[in-house]
Amino acid sequence: MNLTLHVWRQKDVATPGQMVRYDAPNVSEHMSFLEMLDVVNEGLILKGDEPIAFEHDCREGICGSCGFMINGIAHGGFKNTTVCQLHMRHFEDGDEVFIEPWRATAFPVMKDLIVDRSAFDRIIASGGYVSVSTGSAPDGNALPIRKQDSDLAMDAAACIGCGACVASCPNAAAALFTGAKISHLAHLPQGQPERKERSLRMVRQMNAELFGNCTNIGECEATCPKGIPIEVIASMNGDFLAASWQERPPVEIAGAG
Amino acid sequence: MASAALDSKLHRTLRFYEATNGKKTVMALTGAALWGFVIIHLLGNLQVFLGPDKLDKYGEALRATGALLWVARGGLLLCVVLHITAALQLMALKAKARPQPYVKKVATTSTYASRTMYWSGPVILGFIIFHLMHFTWGVPGIHPDFVDGAVHANLVKGLSQPLAAVLYLTAMSMLLFHLYHGIWSMFQTMGLSHPRYTPLVKKAAAGIAIALAGGNIAIVVSVLLGIVK
Repeated sequence: MNLTLHVWRQKDVATPGQMVRYDAPNVSEHMSFLEMLDVVNEGLILKGDEPIAFEHDCREGICGSCGFMINGIAHGGFKNTTVCQLHMRHFEDGDEVFIEPWRATAFPVMKDLIVDRSAFDRIIASGGYVSVSTGSAPDGNALPIRKQDSDLAMDAAACIGCGACVASCPNAAAALFTGAKISHLAHLPQGQPERKERSLRMVRQMNAELFGNCTNIGECEATCPKGIPIEVIASMNGDFLAASWQERPPVEIAGAG
Repeated sequence: MASAALDSKLHRTLRFYEATNGKKTVMALTGAALWGFVIIHLLGNLQVFLGPDKLDKYGEALRATGALLWVARGGLLLCVVLHITAALQLMALKAKARPQPYVKKVATTSTYASRTMYWSGPVILGFIIFHLMHFTWGVPGIHPDFVDGAVHANLVKGLSQPLAAVLYLTAMSMLLFHLYHGIWSMFQTMGLSHPRYTPLVKKAAAGIAIALAGGNIAIVVSVLLGIVK
């Protein structure tokens, strides 16, 4: 099949970019979306042009490196699918395809389709440490956890930090990402002593990174390649509320001891 | 990038409000209060179907509460101010969070109601101001023949103006959308979500929003059809 691509080209973070039209002839339906771009890039390199820069690593939908907007939907809009797992059989001959990077102040475009997502790393880092016993391997089942809780923690931990939630959100909010990270640990017995402060720190860091606010629209949930539900946002909201209520100034001299 | 340390000189209430979650909590709580007002306001208004005397007497009874009425009015005004202030601040943040729009952006599963909260809100505010000038203050030119205390007669005359009736119907349909998203959304904001109950909350929110807007629309339509005279 032959496609027409409209791709966002941007030299670097400081230079304004624009959409550029490319022809993608002889695209095989067996290709993944990234393989299609690889072929287009081969053509650009042969012509002496700069290839289209995009992030990718595992190409099996688990690393969270790839991701951009395809026709106005993060990762192209197929359920639980990253761009690398999106196959060209979903497109038809003659289709026009718009390809744009995630857009958010917190995600500056570095080049073409590559954005800097280190704001996500700073949100995770702001959560601080998790108290876990180290040393010899713990006994199996020594730390009891309800099946329900371990399932919920695992569902939230499926987040690969691709940034599609921010990209899909009309407010460029990182509530689904931060909610997933907070909710993931909140359901586990490890790190319970830090739970409240963690939710305060991570929400405040999310705000400091200039992500927008959540308006409970649900676009994030719909485009999340890991199908993380907005229930994790409610979980974050609840933890933040409780932690804010109980937050108190540090005392000079501790009473105990 | 500014770090978000736990220690801050800000008062803890301001520190709470400073976060987007704090502003959303204020919007949820004030929204709940205003929703409560919409319910009581409709219940009061529905007395229009019980004959002309009922509504006039209800008006008198409300005024007779004196100071209590002013406390309620003050509380509602405070809720409106807080709700709008938080909304404006979050709107400003939204603009800052994505200054460069997408060339192409498609909404997938989000509802029309959820995407138009920033539109339905101002429409409702504009309507409330008009509504107060129309039926509370009886501003000449806005209301054709306002008589202080004659609630029922004022209502029938006021809603018989075609332009005013259209305004009421438009505002009520916007209220329907605003209430639907607002009612279920306040649960999510307050941290209440459950795979079993949230779908029920959404359905209840739709039902309540339709009932509240529909009740008000019924009054306007009844006056236009001459059922209420």
